[in-house]
Amino acid sequence: MNTATKPDTDVLQQIREQAGQRFEQLGWPTPRLEEWKYTNLQALQSRFDAGAFREAATPAASRSSASLPLRFGDRALGELVFVNGVFSPEASSLPSVAGLRVTTFRNASVDVLEEHFARYADYERHALVALNTANAQDGAVIEADAAIEGFVHVLFVGSDGFQSFPRNLIVAGRGSQLAVVESYAGTGAYFTNSVTEIVAEDGAVVDHYRLECESLEAFHVGTVQIHQGRSSSVSSRSFAVGGAVARNDTNAVLAAEGANLVLEGLFVTNGTQHIDNHTLIDHAVPHCESVELYKGILDGSSRGIFDGKIMVREGAQKTVSRQTNKNLLLSKTAVVDSKPTLEIFNDDVKCNHGSTIGQLEEEPLFYLRSRGIGQEEARNLLVYAFASELVDRIRIDAVREQIGRAMFQQMPGRLPDRRGEQR
Amino acid sequence: MAETIEQIANQEYKYGFVTDIESDVAPPGLNEDIIRLISAKKGEPEWLLEWRLKSLRHWLTMQEPTWANVKFNKIDYQAIRYYSAPKQKKTLNSLDEVDPELRRTFEKLGISLGEQKRLSGVAVDAVFDSVSVATTFRAELAKLGIIFCSFSDAVREHPDLVRKYVGSVVPYTDNFFATLNSAVFTDGSFCYIPKGVRCPMELSTYFRINSAGTGQFERTLIIADEGAYVSYLEGCTAPMRDENQLHAAVVELVALDGATIKYSTVQNWYPGDKEGKGGIYNFVTKRGKAFKNSKISWTQVETGSAITWKYPSCILQGDNSVGEFYSVALTNNHQQADTGSKMIHIGKNTRSTIVSKGISAGHGQQTYRGAVKILKSAEDARNYSQCDSLLLGDKCGAHTFPYIEVRNPTAKMEHEASTSKIGEDQLFYCQQRGISAEDAVSMIVNGFCREVFRELPMEFAVEAQKLLGVSLEGSVG
Repeated sequence: MNTATKPDTDVLQQIREQAGQRFEQLGWPTPRLEEWKYTNLQALQSRFDAGAFREAATPAASRSSASLPLRFGDRALGELVFVNGVFSPEASSLPSVAGLRVTTFRNASVDVLEEHFARYADYERHALVALNTANAQDGAVIEADAAIEGFVHVLFVGSDGFQSFPRNLIVAGRGSQLAVVESYAGTGAYFTNSVTEIVAEDGAVVDHYRLECESLEAFHVGTVQIHQGRSSSVSSRSFAVGGAVARNDTNAVLAAEGANLVLEGLFVTNGTQHIDNHTLIDHAVPHCESVELYKGILDGSSRGIFDGKIMVREGAQKTVSRQTNKNLLLSKTAVVDSKPTLEIFNDDVKCNHGSTIGQLEEEPLFYLRSRGIGQEEARNLLVYAFASELVDRIRIDAVREQIGRAMFQQMPGRLPDRRGEQR
Repeated sequence: MAETIEQIANQEYKYGFVTDIESDVAPPGLNEDIIRLISAKKGEPEWLLEWRLKSLRHWLTMQEPTWANVKFNKIDYQAIRYYSAPKQKKTLNSLDEVDPELRRTFEKLGISLGEQKRLSGVAVDAVFDSVSVATTFRAELAKLGIIFCSFSDAVREHPDLVRKYVGSVVPYTDNFFATLNSAVFTDGSFCYIPKGVRCPMELSTYFRINSAGTGQFERTLIIADEGAYVSYLEGCTAPMRDENQLHAAVVELVALDGATIKYSTVQNWYPGDKEGKGGIYNFVTKRGKAFKNSKISWTQVETGSAITWKYPSCILQGDNSVGEFYSVALTNNHQQADTGSKMIHIGKNTRSTIVSKGISAGHGQQTYRGAVKILKSAEDARNYSQCDSLLLGDKCGAHTFPYIEVRNPTAKMEHEASTSKIGEDQLFYCQQRGISAEDAVSMIVNGFCREVFRELPMEFAVEAQKLLGVSLEGSVG
């Protein structure tokens, strides 16, 4: 791996080397590991080892910014675009708002990186976090120390034959407010291995959205690691529709009292897609609250996985935690695996979880049909209703529209008026 | 009511005595010679010895599993005695010939081997260390064509049935402990209910570990032929010792078309002392296969053992078959339990219910681990799982690991779990009415477990309730 070109200090270099060694030790995860029970990366590994993917040196100049998908343009405060992991200054616009510093990983101040880089995402235990840590190329470094109106968009675009290791760092200082949208898209077969570390310091409010909309031939392994300070409030919403094989990990550590976390996710799969969602909420201290809701819509011969764990450590009294997973199977060949787990080490808690898997109910279908709505359309309406619970909760209008569009485009044939727009 | 609980609460583990009885033991260690020795002692046919050896050879290639959420020191499998039997010279013809010391032991445990229990209508097969010492009501059951005897007798008298079904539900390659059991199992119960017969009494096996340094490896096989019904109970105790003893049993149930098997366990192996020293490692494989229109129901009350690690499961192979699992597991002091159920839906319209209640107190660690698999062929399968945990004290833990794998869109499954402590308001309500805190906790815990106790046969339900009282002692206030 070519790490020499990256702007590293000794400390960072050391971390990278450690992570690289750790990846060598851990090796690629196999389904024999509990964490990877339902996802086999064999196809990715063999291509990776055979050198099927290459790292980009400069952004593909041919790509005009007009052809990039998922753009917010003026509606975002600023937009950072990375093509195959490399920053594209022409396509990007950096915001100039008081209290908000947005830069790239390469240009970020050494102090910030040394303070936060690889402090939260655990490369000792997770092979693909280690792989990213060792190879992290570029990404966004976003710091806020005031309440920021609007949002920052970070877009990663991949193209055939490339591999990229985006690395983002979001630091919301004391009492600040920040909204960040992270999107992944592209064309052809490529490999994206991303890590985003989010730090919410005391009293900070972070609104984070992650849209995984990779091409249907791409491999995507992404991790979001959240670290929460006292009375901070974080919501992280993941929307996954793309990728041949995609794995999205969202982990949060509630490290100081009064922290509040909302984790939500929606995954929509079709064809032979495989989307694996893992979440870990770690209640390390008393008086924290977390709410989690994940929904899956599975069609074709696709496979979706939800594996969520809530950990309440010894001494984390008065924890309130709720975890829900609902899955909708639309075809005979779709497969879903759900594993909501609770690990609780003390008594003064209120924790529950629930999981359901089913198909569309007959009664609402009948109701709609009795009012003259066709079979197909009625089904679509119900699927739409199932998904929109999550889409409607997006607080920023522009993001809701954009993500809503991306999600519903991925339900081919289900919504007649949107059919054939992209897929 | 309050007084009885008080009484019960002051009891220590009362089955902790050791019976001084001469035993015929094999030297410790595990190798082909030991297997041959066990097989020879039991006068087994060649095919069974071959099966045992096959299992041993497979076992040697296996690794001890580490995925369970339990912690224990490595077991030295070469230090265990795989065979221990009360010494007796000749085969017994009637119960009067059973060693009086042995009979006293079972009487002390409240299991009368004499037939005076006729009124209570329970047929008992008593297993002492590795061998079955007595089976009651055999003749009476035989009139209905029911075979209820020790596994060794069954091998001798009904080799065809044994050969056809043994290993058909839990194959010898199944898992580390089941494979070990297949190699070294010494005895157990065998039960066959013929077509259309409703077994008139509860059948029961009582397991007792007595000798030091032994493991208990028994194998139970229950076959309910078409349309038959049987209710089966299992109870267990062991003396108090500082060492950890291994109990690795296998239970196989076969419910043929239209049959119903109800299997209830009250497990009260020695749990170890307050510091977590000693106690039984209860690593058991239990599984049932349900054919068309049949029903298998597991009910378990797990209060004993230092470590409980078991998942009674149902393979719902036939259309319209039903699987049920009701469990109360209690861990106090340093006990650990990793238990739950697996429901594998293969046939159409199969239904399963899982109700699991976990109670942790002291330093107890409790894990529910369950799997619900709905395969492609299982049209309109239905599952409902509920697992609730009650935590008493801030040093204990409760964990839930449900695995839900659905391959058919017509399936409907629900899983619900909650974890909490006893509500302050409930406690206050009781205390306000003059019920002491300890009694109130007992009452609330019993109420919490009611759904499961309801499934137990009467005698067992009473025993289970008492057991909960005993095991919770000292965990309040």
